[in-house]
Amino acid sequence: MDVIFENLPLYWEGFLRTLFLSAVSGVIALVLGTLLAAARVSPVAALRGFSMVYVEVLRNTPLTIAFFFAAIVLPRLGVKFEQFEVAAIIALSTYTAAFIAEAVRSGVNSVPVGQAEAARSIGMNFGQVLNLIILPQALRTVVPPLINILIALVKNSSVAGAFFVLELFGYGRQLANANGDAVIAVLLGTAFFYLLLTVPLGILASTVERKVAIAR
Amino acid sequence: MSSVLYDVPGPKARRIYLIGSIVGSLLILGLLAWIVMTLAQQGIFEGRRWQIFTRADVWTLLGNGLGATLSAAAIAAVIAFPLGLVLCLLRISDAAAIRIPVRVVLEFLRGMPVVLMMLFILLGFGTSPFIAVVTGLVLYNSAVFAEIIRAGIQSLPRGQREAGLAIGLTSFKSRMLIELPQAIRRMMPSLVAQMVVLLKDTSLGYIVAYGELLRAVQVMADFLGTQFLFPIFFVAAAIYIAINILVSRIAVWIERRGSRKAAGGVAKAEPEKANAPVP
Repeated sequence: MDVIFENLPLYWEGFLRTLFLSAVSGVIALVLGTLLAAARVSPVAALRGFSMVYVEVLRNTPLTIAFFFAAIVLPRLGVKFEQFEVAAIIALSTYTAAFIAEAVRSGVNSVPVGQAEAARSIGMNFGQVLNLIILPQALRTVVPPLINILIALVKNSSVAGAFFVLELFGYGRQLANANGDAVIAVLLGTAFFYLLLTVPLGILASTVERKVAIAR
Repeated sequence: MSSVLYDVPGPKARRIYLIGSIVGSLLILGLLAWIVMTLAQQGIFEGRRWQIFTRADVWTLLGNGLGATLSAAAIAAVIAFPLGLVLCLLRISDAAAIRIPVRVVLEFLRGMPVVLMMLFILLGFGTSPFIAVVTGLVLYNSAVFAEIIRAGIQSLPRGQREAGLAIGLTSFKSRMLIELPQAIRRMMPSLVAQMVVLLKDTSLGYIVAYGELLRAVQVMADFLGTQFLFPIFFVAAAIYIAINILVSRIAVWIERRGSRKAAGGVAKAEPEKANAPVP
């Protein structure tokens, strides 16, 4: 146990970096994912095709491959990063965006067609239909899965630790190597900090799910 | 493509969509061309770099890596599923003394990064990388399977269990004979989708030095020279993605088949309700 308390500053630094990676990638992924979802339901075939291919490929790519590409292959191709955090954020956000796109799309599609038809038939224009009818309903279906995706993002950011970014997992690994006699304590400490993020988010997800549940 | 958002397009709208499609395609083609040009400037398309794929040993190494990936995934899946089933039964047990501890354990397992579990087993118990990868995958995925099956059981009409108990089945028998078969059937798409996640997660073995496909890429690039990194990586990534897409397609196919059969009388799962797999 002493190992954990002695290295608390390191844990804290790693925790903050994990938080930073997750937050930045999360915001980028939310924006990118929503754009992809919009492209996916758009009437323009080219955008639809692009979004479909992107989501299909990225969803089926192991995260480690995405990281390997961003952190090891890209620099070889002449894309140099000042910090490896940038590579980690690229990998995490492009990967997560595919899942967000799917969640948002299925949320929009879960709104019955009759809702939009009724709105149009009373004379609403496209913007009104979207803002007043579709999005408020879609949001309820979308938010709980989005929180689950963000939980997964926090956990996935641990892969960055293996690609030259010193976040929680990276420090955990370093400490485990330095303290061969207390590996279990060191890694349990790391796990504790992850749970500090994932468990509250999980509770939030199930609370929101119960709160916004609608019977259709 | 029918969407909630749009009316059926008239001639004018169709013309606009067509123009949009052409402009969009040009943009995407331009982007692709730019990527290809940039890669070409790096000399990626020199035949010399791709000639290594005429060598048998390169394919042997890739094959070994793929074999390691698939065997870890297969073994983990075969152990994780029954374990998940047991955990699910314990999780919904009538006895609070069983239910609550199991719930805590499941939350713990689901809240931790898989790679941390692998490292924990590798260093904490001094096992081989293979055992570490398989155990990490089993622990995490059995917890997820348990949650998926539980969601399936809870989505059944209450009457199913009540009827089972009313005709004199014990609680356990009602679970095994009435609820589980329906729940598993309902959740089949989610379960197969989770298999894809499991397969993808074997690539985390790279981090704990398990000789899977990505590790094979790294080893070959170190051994043959870094100019071959991109070709080898490209082929390995393509193999990975192709396999995953194949398994995902099976999930979609099962889902379609399931919903067609459901019309015939088996309890029907709500559409779009099947929990989307999480990265």
